[in-house]
Amino acid sequence: MFRSAPGTTSRGRGLLAAASALTTPLLPEDFLTLVDPLWSTTSLRGRVVARRRETGRAVSVTIEPGWAWAGHRAGQYLGVDVDGVRFTRSYSLTSPEGAEHLTVTVQEVDGGAVSPTLVRDLPIGTIVELEQAAGEFTLPDPLPEKLLFVTAGSGITPVMGMLRTLDRAGTMPDVVLVHGARMPEDTIFRAELAGLAARHPSLRVVLRHSAVSGRLDPAVIDTVVADRADRTVYACGPDGLLDALEGAWDGVVAERFTPPARATEGTGGTVDLGGGDVVVEPGQSILEAGEAAGKLMPSGCRMGICFGCVLPLREGKVRDLRTGEAHGEPGDLVQTCINSSCGPARIDLP
Amino acid sequence: MTAVLENPAHLEPGPEETGREQHPQRPVLELVPSSRREDVQATTELTAEQIEELGRRLDAIRDRVLAERGASDAEYIRGVIRKQRALEIGGRALLFAGVLPPAWIAGTAMLSIAKILENMEIGHNVMHGQWDWMRDPKIHSSTWEWDNVSSSAEWKHSHNYMHHTYTNVVGKDRDVGYGILRLSEEQRWTPYYLGNPLYNFLLSLFFEYGVALHDLEVEKVVAGQKPLSRVWEQVKSIGRKTGRQILKDYVAFPALAGPFFLPVLAGNVTANLVRNVWSHAVIFCGHFPTGAVQFTEEQLEDESRGEWYVRQLLGSANLDGGRFFHLMTGQLSFQIEHHLFPDLPSNRYAEIAPEVRELCREYGLEYTTGPLWKQYMQVLGTINRLALPNGKR
Ligand SMILES: Cc1cc2nc3c(=O)[nH]c(=O)nc-3n(C[C@H](O)[C@H](O)[C@H](O)COP(=O)(O)OP(=O)(O)OC[C@H]3O[C@@H](n4cnc5c(N)ncnc54)[C@H](O)[C@@H]3O)c2cc1C
Ligand code: FES
Repeated sequence: MFRSAPGTTSRGRGLLAAASALTTPLLPEDFLTLVDPLWSTTSLRGRVVARRRETGRAVSVTIEPGWAWAGHRAGQYLGVDVDGVRFTRSYSLTSPEGAEHLTVTVQEVDGGAVSPTLVRDLPIGTIVELEQAAGEFTLPDPLPEKLLFVTAGSGITPVMGMLRTLDRAGTMPDVVLVHGARMPEDTIFRAELAGLAARHPSLRVVLRHSAVSGRLDPAVIDTVVADRADRTVYACGPDGLLDALEGAWDGVVAERFTPPARATEGTGGTVDLGGGDVVVEPGQSILEAGEAAGKLMPSGCRMGICFGCVLPLREGKVRDLRTGEAHGEPGDLVQTCINSSCGPARIDLP
Repeated sequence: MTAVLENPAHLEPGPEETGREQHPQRPVLELVPSSRREDVQATTELTAEQIEELGRRLDAIRDRVLAERGASDAEYIRGVIRKQRALEIGGRALLFAGVLPPAWIAGTAMLSIAKILENMEIGHNVMHGQWDWMRDPKIHSSTWEWDNVSSSAEWKHSHNYMHHTYTNVVGKDRDVGYGILRLSEEQRWTPYYLGNPLYNFLLSLFFEYGVALHDLEVEKVVAGQKPLSRVWEQVKSIGRKTGRQILKDYVAFPALAGPFFLPVLAGNVTANLVRNVWSHAVIFCGHFPTGAVQFTEEQLEDESRGEWYVRQLLGSANLDGGRFFHLMTGQLSFQIEHHLFPDLPSNRYAEIAPEVRELCREYGLEYTTGPLWKQYMQVLGTINRLALPNGKR
């Protein structure tokens, strides 16, 4: 959305420039996309081509990406219109690297703005806005000899993308996956995980159901994975689990799907955002407040990891919602998704 | 430069002399008797409380529409954009066969409609921020550039800010005469204005250029109130945009048609003229037919929200017509509703118009409306009459 497409050849660019003399003030693609919305070189779009129900609360959505798609890694962002308003959320890619289409698997969050729509009401053929894949939670290169994945709930998704990639390449190293879900029927990819384990002797899958035998924690995992200390640990799941793992073991590589709790003390106030005053409520991020006011705000993960939301602070200070600390000097690039205001400030839009 | 508007604040008695303090019961919002309706003042004997109450009731309409806004509105604007682009492609394609008269006529008509839709229902309303809530970067006031020689950035200043804030305030709202015409008795007559009907005719033909030059505020430059560096920036920006537009319609497309250069050029010229004449007519009928009121700068002081609403109501005029007509005016046939709520999605104006009209009836405010031809005749009448030194002065 705030980026030009990669991979357009210089000859292609020349043609487009010539054609844009005919379409000014629009772009050629504004007409081309009448034929197919995916023929855009400036915004990355995708078309929903298949949906598969994984559990009662989770659905896999397969998306055919448009011209601007640069390829596949982890940590994909998706933009969908919910009741006419565009929202963006991150979803990990579950399709293997190199696949023609991309797949995300979404689990419904109660009261969520976006995930219920994705799970229940996303007809085949819907055009969604995408961002190029980004994120650090990817398979290490070179692969370590022994891996341990610890996941729970929808945290299985990035790991599933990795397992499918390894499966496709036929290079499954010594992997243990410990995955927790509430009940057997809530376990996303249950059958496929069993199939993978049956095909690859070097893959061991341990499923645990919290409603039956309690939540996953480091001690439990240590009892089922005897050589845990020899393994490189990748973890993704609820904050409680990740906090416990990081507290108990060293070197855990973790990905969080939810931002940590927010400080509300001393936050909120009016910010001049791109030449218009916007009221930021206590505990609200500048990104959320700007979006609510109809501003076109860049964003990505919405939780302080991707820096897709940074904008220059021109006057005043902002307050970090994670720590409650006021910070910022004029000229600083601030992450609007995890900062609230604290007194008058001015932030420029791109 | 003879076309300079006189500042009416210097011509009118100051606030002390109007006796406002001595008569606190008099309406807070005093109206300048319009050049065309002497009895407007009599129809707005509203107390300050009534005006605030009216403001609250209008706010309630606004809040309701905001709460309802959703997927169907988004589908509406996307649908209009798709149809407009299809019409434009179709019109231009037909013009390539423009040596055949039926193809030329159909192509020119389609291109004219496409340009009108693009400027009125899409461009004007998108740049008002009516669709910003969708957060679609392709349909957003901060990114939209329209098919018109004036750049959207300049236009957002002169139109959204100056005109909508200072609606019909003579000397502030530069839409009153575009700095060229005499449209109010508050503008002092000079012999220059003998040409009023001619200037209006030329303005309607070249309306997009009039709009582009609008924000230059030439009269301020002449009066030395505006730095030349700012003017130069604006001239460069207007030049860039104008250059691209001219290149497209008068060079690139005709050239692409090769031997059919002339029919394509003629079709494009015609479409731009049709668009100009049409938008000029619609826009002038929105504020200057009989019944629409003009205001003085002093009335802006300490204006409350309710008073602002009343000024927007009385300064604007609607046009009667069917659905296609409303679409072609960019819903500016609901000029009153648009001026009350410039950032509500345009497709909602038709729905709230009956309520606004009913409120006007209840509060005894004039809700000016009529067919386009009739309103336009009134505008022309005013323009002709004001060419001569009649009126109060
Ligand atoms: C890098 C990354 C990858 C992600 N990958 C996936 C994925 O593959 N599959 C998937 O289903 N989700 C994934 N998420 C989470 C996803 O982006 C959304 O946060 C989630 O779908 C909720 O969005 P929502 O609009 O429905 O809820 P919102 O309206 O944003 O939030 C509603 C409430 O739910 C809480 N909440 C938000 N996210 C979660 C969550 N994941 N679990 C529990 N509570 C939450 C919020 O704190 C809030 O209180 C990922 C997040 C990140 C940052
Ligand atoms: S949106 Fe990713 S850091 Fe703010």
